[in-house]
Amino acid sequence: MSGDTGAFAEQGADLELVGISKRFPGFTAIEHLDLTIPAGSFFALLGPSGCGKTTTLRLVAGLEEPTTGRILIGGKDVTNLKPYQRPVNTVFQSYALFPHMTVLENVAFGLRRRKLPDPVGKAHEALRLVELDHLAARRPQQLSGGQQQRVALARALVNRPALLLLDEPLGALDLKLRRQMQLELKTIQEEVGLTFLHVTHDQEEAMTMADTIAVMNKGRIEQMGAPEQLYELPKTAFVANFLGQSNLFTGTVVGTTSAAISVDVAGQSVVVPVARSHRHAGDVTVGVRPEKLSLHSEAPVAGAGRNVIGPARVIDVSFSGVSTQYLIAHPALGTIVVFAQNMAFGPVAHVGEEVWVSWDVEHGFGLEDDPGDSPRFAPDTDTKSIAAQRHAALVTELGEA
Amino acid sequence: MAFAAFATTTGPGEEIARRRSPIALLLLLPGILYLILFFLTPLISLVLTSLQAPSETGLPGVYDQAFQWQNYVIVISDYWPHIVRSFGYALIATVLALAFSYPLAYFIGVKARQWPLLQSLLLVLVIAPFFISFLLRTLAWKQLLSDESFVITSLKALSLMAPDAHFTGTPAAVIFGLTYNFIPFMTLPLYTTLERLDLRYLEAGNDLYASPLQVFRKVTIPLSMPGIVAGTLLTFIPAAGDYINASRAFLGGSDTQMIGNVIEANFLILQNYPAAAALSIILMSVILVIVTVYIRRSGTEELL
Repeated sequence: MSGDTGAFAEQGADLELVGISKRFPGFTAIEHLDLTIPAGSFFALLGPSGCGKTTTLRLVAGLEEPTTGRILIGGKDVTNLKPYQRPVNTVFQSYALFPHMTVLENVAFGLRRRKLPDPVGKAHEALRLVELDHLAARRPQQLSGGQQQRVALARALVNRPALLLLDEPLGALDLKLRRQMQLELKTIQEEVGLTFLHVTHDQEEAMTMADTIAVMNKGRIEQMGAPEQLYELPKTAFVANFLGQSNLFTGTVVGTTSAAISVDVAGQSVVVPVARSHRHAGDVTVGVRPEKLSLHSEAPVAGAGRNVIGPARVIDVSFSGVSTQYLIAHPALGTIVVFAQNMAFGPVAHVGEEVWVSWDVEHGFGLEDDPGDSPRFAPDTDTKSIAAQRHAALVTELGEA
Repeated sequence: MAFAAFATTTGPGEEIARRRSPIALLLLLPGILYLILFFLTPLISLVLTSLQAPSETGLPGVYDQAFQWQNYVIVISDYWPHIVRSFGYALIATVLALAFSYPLAYFIGVKARQWPLLQSLLLVLVIAPFFISFLLRTLAWKQLLSDESFVITSLKALSLMAPDAHFTGTPAAVIFGLTYNFIPFMTLPLYTTLERLDLRYLEAGNDLYASPLQVFRKVTIPLSMPGIVAGTLLTFIPAAGDYINASRAFLGGSDTQMIGNVIEANFLILQNYPAAAALSIILMSVILVIVTVYIRRSGTEELL
């Protein structure tokens, strides 16, 4: 065992992945990944299943070996260290609590292996942090899912690892408990000041908890940044649709000023600020978030800093409490999604009505993707089917209630 | 609500009625009859036989029912070396079988998971010896390990054995035979628990600073305890009562006789039925006590 695992990490260490790739027989899980996570941050790797995020986590934990590349924790190369030699602990998706030990012994396991003084006292302290000290004598099987998750967290945290890895630990919890645990995790991270690397496919979870999110797709990082930045200025169609929903329109740049570009989208001009577009010439995909759109029953006056698209026909209205989701069919642009705040009683527009949508020029964004490319995202994550899935989920939810 | 309240009041009554249904008793009847006929009756008969006294007519093999508890004292003082030897041999054979079977079962149940075909093939190989009578297999070993056999002559040529030494007829040969014959009984229960072993626990142990050896001691072994207990019981109990391997006709010699051989000789040759019955009862009781203590101590109830 190396010397530095003998003591608690005073603070988190930064993690550096240099040119990592991982090939399994038959497929490549990760392709040349470079990633730096600063010490003390809460970093989320977000992506659909099979995008390589769990493999990345397992590489950091040492449970898989990279095909190429190096892994550095706190500036020290750990690529060739075994998992038990790395200053890293994992909260597993399945929790993996030892069924033959009490909760207390589970938490004390890592301390005992490192022969640290007073393992029982420290384990009790960690259990108090997750408010489960009264269940210390129970077996893990006797706890609820949320309690098991907290024990798993305590078992990892008690070792004060320089880097804590979270592998979708909240996946098995119900919605309400998940929200509660998200807040608790965030609070604990701020309290102990360790570096957290959180892997998830839940974009809301990533946005709520993380300081920095890296969106992963097909073994690569598509975009990395603060949650607001990713949401407001997605770089690719995949990010635009995986992190929330987007209305995307493809057209050719027809006019450029120093402040904005003008894109011809099916005969209608859409203006996007230069600073918010990654491409400024040729074919460009521009987008806008559904909640940024306003509905109009009559053609609004164009110009004055607003983009207008229409007329289009309302094909679906679904009420979800805080907002109403409208699906609007445009003859040339396909389906447009609009989230409207419920400021008035009842829907603003009805199915079959002719409407126009408009949005502030400042709210649009231009993608970096080559519009000619076939979409890199899987078909089940495109705007239309997400809307359809959400609608179906909503209907069943309302049906159950 | 009214319906729910109604249902809860009638529910338990229905439950009891169903539990007392005559069909359940009817279905249990064959099993109960079987146990009475083939377990309880012989057991009582055995206890009664063990207390019989020699007939006053003085004819050999004829005994009268009595309450001659001294039979037990006599057989213990006569045969205590055989009793000790039986449990000693059985213990050594069980430990050896465990040492041999655990890696084998671990390989089949854990390492070979990615190749189901190999897994099935290896399992068939473990079970394959059952297709031949174990008497024949033990006799074959007697041939293979006899003084003129290739194995023994080679060992002697290499000076690994004294020129005038024998292998058959020694305690080592009997323990070898017991170990060999009971390895499948050890391997199969071990395999069934190791096959279900969740490898994520091992990864978690590894992640929590336990070296591979510590993971094995602290995680793998405790989690495979049900298989270890089942396998050792399935090996130890029949091995303690075995009378084939230790018999002179097979791998044993005159000073390797186990309690099974003594019981066999008393029943079939000496016609001393009370002594044989008393020895059988002693064997059964000692095994019962050992097994009870073993199961209590291993604490496997909660893993089952």
